[in-house]
This record gives sequence, C-alpha cells and structure tokens, in this order.
Amino acid sequence: MTDPGIEMEVGGAPDGPAARDLFSKFDPLIEQRRALLSTGLTDPFNLTMERVESPTVAICNGRRTILLGTYNYMGMTFDPEVIAAGKQALDEFGSGTTGSRVLNGTYQGHREVEAALREFYAMDHAMVFSTGYQANLGIISTLAGKDDYIILDTDSHASIYDGCALGNAQIVAFRHNDVEALEKRLKRLPPDAGKLVVLEGVYSMLGDTAPLTEMVAVSKAAGAMVLVDEAHSMGFIGEHGRGVAEAQGVIDDVDFIIGTFSKSVGTVGGFCVSNHPKFEILRLVCRPYVFTASLPPSVVATAATSIRKLMHGGNKRAHLLENSRRLHGGLKQLGFTLGTDEPQSAIIAVTMPDLERGAAMWEALLHEGLYVNLARPPATPQGMTLLRCSLCAEHTSEQVGEILGMFEAAGKRTGVL
Amino acid sequence: MTDRDERLQTILRLITEFNKKGVEVTEATRFAQDLEWDSLTVMDFVAAVEDEFDVLITMNRAAEIETVEQLVDAVGELQGSK
Repeated sequence: MTDPGIEMEVGGAPDGPAARDLFSKFDPLIEQRRALLSTGLTDPFNLTMERVESPTVAICNGRRTILLGTYNYMGMTFDPEVIAAGKQALDEFGSGTTGSRVLNGTYQGHREVEAALREFYAMDHAMVFSTGYQANLGIISTLAGKDDYIILDTDSHASIYDGCALGNAQIVAFRHNDVEALEKRLKRLPPDAGKLVVLEGVYSMLGDTAPLTEMVAVSKAAGAMVLVDEAHSMGFIGEHGRGVAEAQGVIDDVDFIIGTFSKSVGTVGGFCVSNHPKFEILRLVCRPYVFTASLPPSVVATAATSIRKLMHGGNKRAHLLENSRRLHGGLKQLGFTLGTDEPQSAIIAVTMPDLERGAAMWEALLHEGLYVNLARPPATPQGMTLLRCSLCAEHTSEQVGEILGMFEAAGKRTGVL
Repeated sequence: MTDRDERLQTILRLITEFNKKGVEVTEATRFAQDLEWDSLTVMDFVAAVEDEFDVLITMNRAAEIETVEQLVDAVGELQGSK
C-alpha cells in the first residue's frame, strides 16, 4: 500500500532544469520523519480509528484502545439526546447549508445554538464560526486594526498567532503566564492606542491555567480590552462551567470569550461571546465569518443540545476533575515528569526526554491499548516533547487504573522510567 | 565610548546568555542563520532586550531585524522615540 504520509522523498524537483521545487524548504522535516519511521515505528501523526465505540474507546489497528487524547472532556459525542437532535436536523434541514451565514447559511438551528451560548455564558451576544480556529482568526484580525496593539502570551495557540498574522496590528509578546512581563509591556505602549490583550484560560500543551485575576486587572488598568480563549475549560471549570475567568471571578471584566464546539461540546465549530453593545457589527466585517460556509444543520443541532446539557453537568464535572487528580497523582508516583506540579485542568502532560524516546513511548502505549497525543516543537513550549493526556468524564475509575498500569508497563519497556 | 558602542556592548552581553553554540558574534552576525536561534529563542531574547533598554520591540519590527547591527540601530531609534 502506498501511503502518501510515508512515501515522501527528499529532493527530486519536477521536470525542467529551471524549476525550483517549492517543497525543498520541507526537506529537513521530511528527513526527520524518514529517520524516525525507518526504525519501524508506527507514525504517531497518521493513526486511523477504524471504529469508535464510545467517547473513551476506539478500535485502532484492530485493537481495542482506550482514548486519552481526544479533548472529549464531557463525553458528549455519544449522548443519546445529542445524537437524536442531529438526526432530526439532518432529516428536517438536510445535510448542509451550502452558504455563508450572511447569505443563505443562517437556519433556525444557527439562531438556536447562539441562543444556547448566550444563556450558557449569561452574555448579550454570541457569534458562531465554522471552527474554533476561525473564531480566533476572525475576531482577533478584525478587532485590532493597523495602529492598534495585540498583546499576547508567547505560548498562545496557533490560531491566535494566525489571527495576528491575518490582521495588520502591532504584535507584542510577553513571557508565558508572567504578570509582571505583561504589565511592563502595557506600560510601554502609547497610552491612547487601542489595545487587545489575548489570553487563554487553560494552555493546552502543559494543561496549566493562567493567573487571570492579576492579568485582567493589569490589562484593564492599562485601558486594554481583554479576550480569553476558554477552549479547554468550557463545561467543567467555574461554577457554571464558563471557564477559568469564571473560576477566578473576573469573567465580568473579560470583553470577549472565545470557545469551541470541538472539545466539551463534542462536535465542531467555534464561537465568540461578548457584552459589547456594538458586537453584532462583526457579522458584517469579520472575513473568516463572512467568506465561508456555515455549519451543517446537524452540527448546530447537536451543539445546541449538548450546550444545554452541559449547563446541568455537575456530577460529570466532579468525576472528570477526580479522574484528572487521580491520573496526575498516579503518574507522579510512578516517577514520570509532569508539565504541572498539581493538576490544573483535564490535561495532564507527561514530559519525555526527547522526540525519539517520546515516539517510542507513544508506540508502546498504543501497543498496550492506549491512545495519547504526541506533541513536539514547534507546537510545544521550550522545545519539549510531550505525551499529552486529556481526560473524559466518561472514563471510569477502572479505566484510570488500567491507564496507569499501561503507563507503567510502557515506561519500563522503553526505558523512560 | 559612544552611546552606540554602549548599546552594542550591552547587546553582545545579552546575546552571550542565548549563544548556546558559542558562535563568534560580530555586528554582521545574523540571529536566525548564524546563531541558529529558533523562533522561541528569538522571543526570549527580544524580551531580554526590551527589559534591558525599557523599549518595546513589536513582533512586526523584530521580523525585520536580521543582524546584530540592525538590532543596535533599532534599539537606538526606539529609545530616541520614547
């Protein structure tokens, strides 16, 4: 079988002596992959799930595999009411909208999911995008214009950096989660310039949370607007599951919250909620919102149903956080190095000594029947190789025990422990 | 020593902390190609320069700075515009 992900070769320009192969810039990466895979290792970035049995179990390479790297935090993907809502919308509204939200792509379901978001966050406005990536891309690039400043954490998600690249504002970075570094930079900005501080509730690589109380306070003192991406906290952090800003008591001072449907909500899509009185104008000026097709009716129906159920997910929330504490404590006891000293979210990052041993450990876990995310630079901070585990409220206590056993066996087999 | 010389000496000192490969540094040294710094190292270094001189170097501006010489001049310009 020819697999385009593996059969790439270094060099080899197409016909014509003058043709400069635009792919040659990727040669170092192609060579790194070739070297890694030539050891007979399973490609960590090319896994296929042949069947998915539940939010926590899939069949990979014919083997029953526990899923510990899916961001399916609240296990909503197989919720019977969510699935029923999606099927009904497919029957009643068809498979897709074939159009932009501002033309023919706004159906009743899009209105309903935005109403569910307004209710969930207790905010005046909600705008739904086709992905979470597009939500950051659109809001950030549209809000900050040429003479405005965007101040962001160096560990920000790619969608935040890409939102900056799409716009033409001045970009200022500050050291990860460093309140003093943020404050210093804010003070160096022209006092009358427009400023947007972009933060994340949970940083997804290490699973650490931001000191939003202090950061929002220094941002407001400098006259900046604040945007917080709560993609990895929705549904289970904060009293109503509104995220880290709610948990730290500063949600009323946050101007924009960005979120996604592809984690706790269990489908795909992105959104921004806000109380800004002029917020609705963004629907006409935000290009990643205007120039793309809207979400299919089945997707918005599943999202709306899921969001409403997440409002009452107290027991699941408690079990998820309990799972997170237990896995963190167990891995630490086994002797693994973790990204955070204490569990701060539903992400537990296990630090690997290097990419080779990280990939070997990833494969050993897969053979044990466990899927985690292998993360490496440039996605990771400080050049780290990480095995990233994200827990689900549907993981049973027995599964968490099984997972710890698999980590122990794989760790010993690969020499990581 | 002129102001520019002083700035150069300070910047050379700051580079030392990040110059893991011990590359010899002159004004013509390029950060990405010669020092082989990745984007994260560049960001940490820029933060150190910003704090040392109490200036703000936006990522837009930093992207245009390739050599030590350009950085010394840019910092001078940014200090002048304060």
